[in-house]
Amino acid sequence: MVESRLTRVLLRLGAGVTLAFIYLPLLLIGLYAFNRNVTQEWPIRNYSTRWFRVAFEDEQVRDALQLSLLAGVGATVVSLVLGTLAALAVSRYRFFGREVISFAVILPIALPGIITGLALQATILDVFGPLGLSFGLATIILGHATFCVVVVYNNAIARLRRTAGSLDEASADLGADSLQTFRYVMFPQLRSALLAGALLAFALSFDEVIVTIFTAGAQQTLPIWIFATLSRPAELPVVNVVALFVILLSIIPVYIAQRIAGAGALATERTVRGPVAPTIEAEP
Amino acid sequence: MTSVTNAEAPPRVSPGRRLSTFFYRHPRLRLAALLALPVGWMVVVYLGSLVVLLLSAFWDTDPFTAEVVREFTLDNFRDLFERDVYRDVAWRTIRMAALVTVADAVLAFPIAFYMARVASSRTRNLLIVAVLMPLWASYLVKVIAWRTVLSSGGVVNWGLEPFGVQFDGLSTVGLWLVFTYLWLPFMILPIYAGLERIPNSLLEASADLGARATTTFLRVILPLAFPAVVAGSIFTFSLTLGDYIAPGLITSEQFIGTVIYQRRGENLPIAAAFAFVPIVVMILYLLVARRLRAFESL
Repeated sequence: MVESRLTRVLLRLGAGVTLAFIYLPLLLIGLYAFNRNVTQEWPIRNYSTRWFRVAFEDEQVRDALQLSLLAGVGATVVSLVLGTLAALAVSRYRFFGREVISFAVILPIALPGIITGLALQATILDVFGPLGLSFGLATIILGHATFCVVVVYNNAIARLRRTAGSLDEASADLGADSLQTFRYVMFPQLRSALLAGALLAFALSFDEVIVTIFTAGAQQTLPIWIFATLSRPAELPVVNVVALFVILLSIIPVYIAQRIAGAGALATERTVRGPVAPTIEAEP
Repeated sequence: MTSVTNAEAPPRVSPGRRLSTFFYRHPRLRLAALLALPVGWMVVVYLGSLVVLLLSAFWDTDPFTAEVVREFTLDNFRDLFERDVYRDVAWRTIRMAALVTVADAVLAFPIAFYMARVASSRTRNLLIVAVLMPLWASYLVKVIAWRTVLSSGGVVNWGLEPFGVQFDGLSTVGLWLVFTYLWLPFMILPIYAGLERIPNSLLEASADLGARATTTFLRVILPLAFPAVVAGSIFTFSLTLGDYIAPGLITSEQFIGTVIYQRRGENLPIAAAFAFVPIVVMILYLLVARRLRAFESL
């Protein structure tokens, strides 16, 4: 070790301060959810769980939750299919334009969300609209799936790189057809990677707001409901409860995904809005 | 013509089997079958949308009905260049992006350094997860948390009260803090990866040659880690340029994102044209970053 003792103590301190900076606001939102008063003042004087009841009985919140869950599941299913297919093609074949695919999959999260959102809005309005697709659940899924593909793709391709294509061939030699090979040979190897990818895709979709505002029309997902309700001070306590709920529902799948596939699985998305991924080797 | 007839009955061939054989004999077709859906989706939904966006930047709007008129015009871009509002907003946003980037680099370096070179491998893995997890916590909720923290009755002003200081958190300074917070993990991870790649032998060599720790840091570690900082700055810069929610919730000042967001309903073409600004800035930024060898540390 080259670093002196003092440097190490200072570094530890710096790391601690940064971590505190990262986590304190999240903890505070958790505390505010239990604030009994309507005014958002610090320190919190009375704690209660009354706003949880109010939140769960709120019709709008329930509708928004339902829409968010549907959108999350829809986007996850679509991106599972698209991401797996693309990963299989890229990992098992060499072809012209192979690099372009990895790039095209990452592009939707590499460009600022407002550009993806605006582009989708213009297209839904001008192109898909006349074809009969109006703003709603379908267009929300359309947008979400587009930027969720990358998490499934990244997880699947990382796994496929470590598994041998010769197994697929052996399976075919033993008389399995393509579907059987996928079901009995490839899928068991891919399962945990796909599960991690799916959980991340769901988490990504569930709390997305920047693109969703452009593709949802008059519909409200849970984050859009929060965004719209922020301007009504009387409802802020309910917003805090819903916010806590959204945090939990996006962090829990991510935590599970990380347990399944290692921290590397997480590093593939938001850390990697750029052209290439900083790979973090932390296999279980 | 000779027809070959098998003495034994041919084995029953299932349709799936036949399909597999067919695809095995025609690997190009199998590849096409795999790629059709994902490539079709990306091209039709995403790239197609981008093209529509680019095209609509050259369209016009009817001033009375706010309907989009599909006639080619460069008026939107002329507006962008000639009207001070747009220029001011663009500059303000770029300046904010630069300041956020600097703040993130300063904050990220110590923890990244600690993770890469001091922590045990167990602590390191814990820290990686600790840094990564909040990235996935709802972006919107984090902004709300900060709005509460920075507001006049919030934690920050409560902490400053004994000193008799009032801090207007819902301001440009507050927004700078919020952006710095939001994108910090994007900076920590590339720097961590960059620092981890520096071989220990280099640092030992520097010490052997008589350099003190500060000299080694300034003349060996920092130059080697710089491309990683640039790599992280791609995220902090790009994300700040395009954001419209945090500026809208924290300040009343206009930024590129908020202008695009507000104009999108009443004048889509000008919003689309203004969206070119972050795209062009990011392309230039990426070109410079490539020059600085940042891509290799991504």
